[in-house]
Amino acid sequence: MTAALIGKSVSRVDGRLKVTGAATYAAEFEVPNLAHAAVVRSIAANGRIAIDTAKAERAPGVIAVVTHRNAPRLAYQPHKGLPDAAVGERLHVLQDDRVNHQGQPIALVVAETLEQAVYAAQVVRVTYRNEAAATDMESVDPVLPTGKPAEWEIRRGEPDSAFEQAEFRVDQTYVIPRENHNPIEMFATIASWQDNSLTLWDKTQWVHNVAEEIAAVFGIAADNVRVISPFVGGAFGSGLRCWPHVTLAALGARVAGRPVKLVLSRREMYYGVGYRPHTVQRAALGASRDGQLHAIRHEGFQETSTYEEFTEALLSATRFLHSCPNVHTRHRIAPMNVHTPTYMRAPGEASGMYALESAMDELAVALNMDPVELRLRNEPDRDEFKDLPFSSRSTKECYRAAAERFGWAQRNAAPRSMRDGRWLIGWGMASATYPMNYAPASALARLLPDGTAEVMSAASDMGPGTWTSMTQVAADTLGLPIERVKFTLGDTRLPRAPIHGGSMTMASVGSAVQAACRKARDEALARADANEIEEAMKRLGQVIEATADVAPGDETKRFSMHAFGAVFVEVAVDPDLGETRVRRMVGAYGAGRVVNPKIARSQCIGGMIGGIGMALMEHSVVDPRNGRVTNANLAEYAVPVHADAPPVMDVIFVDEHDPHVNPLGVKGLGEIALVGVAPAIANAIFHATGKRVRELPITPDKLL
Amino acid sequence: MPGAISPALAQAAGAATAPLDVSLRINGTERRLSLDPRTTLLDALREHLHLTGSKKGCGLGQCGACTVLMDGMRVKACLSLAALAQGREIKTIEGLAQGEELHPLQAAFIERDAFQCGYCTSGQIMAGVACISEDHAGSPQEIREWMSGNLCRCGAYDHIVAAIQDAAAVSSSKQEG
Repeated sequence: MTAALIGKSVSRVDGRLKVTGAATYAAEFEVPNLAHAAVVRSIAANGRIAIDTAKAERAPGVIAVVTHRNAPRLAYQPHKGLPDAAVGERLHVLQDDRVNHQGQPIALVVAETLEQAVYAAQVVRVTYRNEAAATDMESVDPVLPTGKPAEWEIRRGEPDSAFEQAEFRVDQTYVIPRENHNPIEMFATIASWQDNSLTLWDKTQWVHNVAEEIAAVFGIAADNVRVISPFVGGAFGSGLRCWPHVTLAALGARVAGRPVKLVLSRREMYYGVGYRPHTVQRAALGASRDGQLHAIRHEGFQETSTYEEFTEALLSATRFLHSCPNVHTRHRIAPMNVHTPTYMRAPGEASGMYALESAMDELAVALNMDPVELRLRNEPDRDEFKDLPFSSRSTKECYRAAAERFGWAQRNAAPRSMRDGRWLIGWGMASATYPMNYAPASALARLLPDGTAEVMSAASDMGPGTWTSMTQVAADTLGLPIERVKFTLGDTRLPRAPIHGGSMTMASVGSAVQAACRKARDEALARADANEIEEAMKRLGQVIEATADVAPGDETKRFSMHAFGAVFVEVAVDPDLGETRVRRMVGAYGAGRVVNPKIARSQCIGGMIGGIGMALMEHSVVDPRNGRVTNANLAEYAVPVHADAPPVMDVIFVDEHDPHVNPLGVKGLGEIALVGVAPAIANAIFHATGKRVRELPITPDKLL
Repeated sequence: MPGAISPALAQAAGAATAPLDVSLRINGTERRLSLDPRTTLLDALREHLHLTGSKKGCGLGQCGACTVLMDGMRVKACLSLAALAQGREIKTIEGLAQGEELHPLQAAFIERDAFQCGYCTSGQIMAGVACISEDHAGSPQEIREWMSGNLCRCGAYDHIVAAIQDAAAVSSSKQEG
């Protein structure tokens, strides 16, 4: 028998490929006769265009210049994938002379070389007839999204009167700017047609959705579109949807009559894919002297485009995280001449919890109560919104474990009371939560006579370690050494996996892999009348194959299922320069079973680093006059660098066994690792300086 | 200096159509190419030689994913014109391992789990190799400062620093031995 592999700190199985440069990302597949494409994008936020392509067409190496004037009419059949906005219609590319946002694709150049394509794109002449555009969120009236008002405005108890009567009150507005995912790999697609079949090598978090969307756009069968995506160089949600450049690449390949590669530039990454929307929230808390919450009113609105209503779970956590009888939440959107936002790591929760957990800290200060104690006094024993028990909830264990590791008991509660030389020291904390998502998934396991196994599912791995964790689950279930199991992902020819987002891959694909392996193993052992899989395969001398489909049952009706956590942070603030340095971070998570603690730790410290960016640096500066992003590059859109990483980062997984969530008992880690970090840092900065900054990022100018 | 263009090359670039014969010495092998004069070293590696281990993350010298060694010094291949790299000794991630045996820093990256998506990894490793040979790996703080030109959006910094420390220790013990 082999030792249990689930729960073991195994090194990544794709590690060697990644450290030798041999892992192949979307733009790196060798396709014969490849041409290169470049996109021309609108520099107007609203209006009509006229295009002169004569000079571009004459430029050396140019094969085709595609605009609305000569582009084939595309079918654009109805298609709504899970990551698409529920209301609205996707952007149709190169189909008419209208533009409705900055950066909208208006022409595609295909040329022999990249240099020639980029040059020719620069000499496409565009004249704009500008029309009035809504590009300043302050001047847009927010509205409820389409649908039942009850979906967007939820009331429990008597929140208004309870708030008015509360002895202690906090009522503040918190602002988050637009943020861009900025994965280091830029989006890329290689498109190649063979008659009416299309192969796409694409950077995506969901190969099947890309196939289905492109099939709908071109009016062909989804079976005729193969999408290949074995490695994804980071995405953080930006690869959930299929964006217009994928259509452009396929269109370019069709017009040129040969394979085309399209790689977005870094600047285009701010226009060609979505972003975390600029969000304004008002959070009001009312409590009695003992810290008991009596009222929560939390409302927020977010930018969206004119053509799609993007919404995210901004206010969900407010409804169940803390116990409170009187709660009001209201979610609105501000449609503008911008491109549609999208999900970015911990969509909704990261933003909503920034406001809620900042307000909780303000309440703790008003009550002169320790912020951990305030949360403990409002710990619910069930989900008061859904009126269901939690399948498991380890908030208290997380607060305790993180506080102890951090040394929270040594904290002097008074702002500006702790110093290290001339630096002001601040200690802050916040809660974290993210829903447990489990979606239908399929996997195939194939046992070979030589005692090895091939296991596969069309999942993705944008970095969390799907390649590795699935190999572990398979080897563990089959009872084989990990070296004898080969897992494959990222191809629409493999059994369907759900979207690689919402922290659901381990729960969903992991459960499918486990089920398929169990089935194959049981069959092999039974047919060979053996107790051990390698012996069974030798005896059988033939391939044993099994597929399994898993899907959630009725547990969502019986339980409220979430991961919970706590983040504790130490910052040092320079009193003269306003610079904030994060010195220590401790995160504790109750996230069910952890399949690989080594790579899970990486995911969690990565989320913490992302949270430092959100708290202190990240801001896509949108010019309110015209909707243009003025810092669309990685020098001016600041992200954390090596020197910004705290010297001490500590991750604790509290012991949690949840038999209800899914067969593997995992809750997911990708998103929760980011939740709570920004408010914990903001709270620590208040503790250090006595200054409450309610608009992210907390840059030096806001502290001086 | 990367990015500096000689008048002759600038003229050639203006014509755009006349390809330049360029001979590049990469990982110890001479490679002859006929290139558009505007071709960067990074695009020559990725698009013409299919050495895709060097990554493009911005094309603006801001992210460090394209870091290669030129005569032992770290440079950003996206800011270097291929034609100007002629006659220089270029080392990319593909040339770091000795056959099957990984470079100590590559091995340390796996052991320390110093990456997630893997896209910045080639650049981090090449910069890390230089960071050690420059004698800038004396402490975690020093490594953080000297590695800050290489962005990792997955946030693996903590583990990258540990990996560089490990490899630096191997390198100094080899020197002492």
